[in-house]
Amino acid sequence: MKIEMHNIYKAFGPNEVLKGVDFNLEPNEIHALMGENGAGKSTLMNILTGLHKQDQGSIVINGQETLFKDSLDAEQCGLAFIRQELNIWPEMTVLENLFLGRELVNRYGVLKTKEMKTRAAEVFSKLDISLPFDKEAGLCSVGEQQMIEIAKALMTDAEVIIMDEPTAALTDREIEKLFKVMKDLTRKGVSLVYISHRMEEIFAICDRITVMRDGITVDTKAIKDTNFDQVVKKMVGRDLEDRFPQREASLGGNVLEVVGLTSGGLFKDIHFTVRSGEILGVSGLMGAGRTEIMRALFGMDTVDSGEVRVDGKKVSINNPAEAVSAGFAFITENRKEEGLILDFSIRDNIGLANLESFAPKGLVKVNDEKKFVEMMVKRLNVKTVSTETIVGQLSGGNQQKIVIAKWIGTSPKVLIMDEPTRGIDVGAKREIYELMNELTNRGMAIIMVSSELPEIIGMSDRVLVVHEGKITGELMKQEATQEKIMALATGGN
Amino acid sequence: MNSQVKLMKNNTSVWQKFGPLFALILLFAIITVLNPSFLTPLNIMNLLRQISINALIAFGMTFIILTGGIDLSVGSILALSSALMAGMMVSGMDPILAIIVGVLLGTIMGVINGLLITKGKMAPFIATLASMTIFRGLTLVYTEGKPITGLGDSLGFQLLGRGYFFGIPVPAVTMILAFFMLWFLLHKTAFGRKTYAIGGNEKASRISGIKVDRVKIMIYGLAGTAAALAGAILTSRLNSAQPTAGQSYEMDAIAAVVLGGTSLSGGKGRMFGTLIGVLIIGTLNNGLNLLGVSSFYQQVVKGIVIIVAVLLDRKKSA
Ligand SMILES: Nc1ncnc2c1ncn2[C@@H]1O[C@H](COP(=O)(O)OP(=O)(O)OP(=O)(O)O)[C@@H](O)[C@H]1O
Ligand SMILES: [Mg+2]
Repeated sequence: MKIEMHNIYKAFGPNEVLKGVDFNLEPNEIHALMGENGAGKSTLMNILTGLHKQDQGSIVINGQETLFKDSLDAEQCGLAFIRQELNIWPEMTVLENLFLGRELVNRYGVLKTKEMKTRAAEVFSKLDISLPFDKEAGLCSVGEQQMIEIAKALMTDAEVIIMDEPTAALTDREIEKLFKVMKDLTRKGVSLVYISHRMEEIFAICDRITVMRDGITVDTKAIKDTNFDQVVKKMVGRDLEDRFPQREASLGGNVLEVVGLTSGGLFKDIHFTVRSGEILGVSGLMGAGRTEIMRALFGMDTVDSGEVRVDGKKVSINNPAEAVSAGFAFITENRKEEGLILDFSIRDNIGLANLESFAPKGLVKVNDEKKFVEMMVKRLNVKTVSTETIVGQLSGGNQQKIVIAKWIGTSPKVLIMDEPTRGIDVGAKREIYELMNELTNRGMAIIMVSSELPEIIGMSDRVLVVHEGKITGELMKQEATQEKIMALATGGN
Repeated sequence: MNSQVKLMKNNTSVWQKFGPLFALILLFAIITVLNPSFLTPLNIMNLLRQISINALIAFGMTFIILTGGIDLSVGSILALSSALMAGMMVSGMDPILAIIVGVLLGTIMGVINGLLITKGKMAPFIATLASMTIFRGLTLVYTEGKPITGLGDSLGFQLLGRGYFFGIPVPAVTMILAFFMLWFLLHKTAFGRKTYAIGGNEKASRISGIKVDRVKIMIYGLAGTAAALAGAILTSRLNSAQPTAGQSYEMDAIAAVVLGGTSLSGGKGRMFGTLIGVLIIGTLNNGLNLLGVSSFYQQVVKGIVIIVAVLLDRKKSA
């Protein structure tokens, strides 16, 4: 399928998001779409697939001007869209999610469960997913949910598949599988639009790249005719310094000691410490139990045994409220479900975790709150019209910044960040890394769970590796290499 | 561009805030044209007194619905606390003290609902459906199905339901005071913020360090208190406790909250809206009576008004 989008304009109210975008997709290519958070990538694809209608401009498909009525219409014409924000029905099973709205039925309208299972099994084996079909989707990790979405798109036999940051929640092994499947698809004549903030991926797999900035197309080029620095420069409009800022940690005493934390089948005998001013990286494969350990620390799940000490004193944490008063903050990996109230404004969301400081006697001091929120929004460079904007209307990356802003304000002793830069563009990533440096300089301890090895290696003072619910290794900054971490993460051999 | 943004925002919020108010004014106008005696000071005072009971219940219900919950038991709480108050008065307790104790008992009944919902992890609909029948049953047991009368003639007790304060019925004064207190609580305090947050996304609220269970228990307790206070007013008005008092009051309260623009799925709504919702329902009752519409038709009209209001609300947000 050949797609030409020409001179596309789109505004949401006063917010002009697309200001004359051109985008061409050729058959059998993987086309990267890059740009900073809020550049308009998702919006452009939403227009292509009929969710939004452009204010101006034309979409020509195979030589014919086309306008899809809605997403379903686009899907039936062979365009599948794996959205940035997952569309999972948490109460339904994996299988039900896979076939939602396009169930296979016999002519009496009865579900053909066996056939659906066979088809799903095919796709799952292609992607190397091992998930029970009858598992409740809400109980799956974000990564697993992402794989469900990918499988769902693959089953539609689409000619064009748009992937909006599909790998943000995946680990290297799954990404590898996904890339293999993508290559196979192009050989069968499928073309792919690939949106990602991970440079390595773009250069590993894409054929062409289009860079957007502030709602216009800056350039479209063959991948082999460009390079990393050029792309970054086009994205941010200026030269960017190194990806990771210089880090000079000045470590203090132990802030957190975790002793023998154990929880059923999830993790066992977890021991570690974090010092003030330190960034402790936690690495491991998806499902290794990293997130589960953090959830337990934060009182979201119960543990069978073990002890947690903050500043040398034993604390008992049975719920997040107690964790917060013990000095913890938790940026969860699942911002839509657990991090934000999507229908509420930026101010309400950031204010929520900080109510104690804005309302010391129960009465909310709105002016203090406004000042603080504005400061945070500026500090993190959130792209928004105002602090009263509904969070659900922000671009994915900017939503992530709001989650971070929300917690930093509480000045915790221990900040747990689970995939802190997921879905964040290179420029903003660097801002977040700088912020982490600043926070640790002030004595905060940070635990950073991340599936991005460069990030773990670039930012951690020390790395813990988790494999199947156990800590299999601890590496100091000097000794932490990609190979060593991967070896420990896969069981160490 | 910035001023344009402000303007747009204001426009939507003006419409959202005051849409129900326009509807109320329209309703006032129509009824006054059809029967001018509607808009006389005497009738307006009557109207205010009539709505005060539903208003108190609906104010409490607003908090509950904002968290995404519901309370079907408020009518029964009203009846049971009213019966208990009356019982205490008959047995010689000081009437004012009996009222205070009765209202506190209402608080406890609400707290029980809250405990069932949070610690018992029951759906609010189910928990309060059960407590609704339990509290009603207890009322019938306690009163043996008969009204409790002979409540004495303490002035304070009489004033509560029948008195006037500078020409304004005391129940209306109580309602207005309660409105301002709860408005302040909802819109100006951290507690109010938490109420909204829980309805917006309970999981995210919990992770933000909000003691969700505690807030919910307090809110159900608050609703119980409001219902019992309404019960006290009714007891005074009727100078007796009726075993069947407050039946289906929960429906009028829910209707008022919804008419006021509060979303049943939680997270969105305002106290002011509920006040307007209460006024709309009260005006309908009062006006249709004045116009001589049979009470059977009144129910039909009320239902239609709710549907129209919700449909309009949907359009607005689209
Ligand atoms: N439904 C909407 N209503 C109002 N504004 C919107 C809506 N959807 C997107 N926007 C705005 O459009 C802009 C572009 O958003 P978009 O999601 O396309 O960015 P993006 O390039 O995909 O960014 P990211 O990398 O963070 O995902 C943002 O400023 C966002 O606030
Ligand atoms: Mg996006």
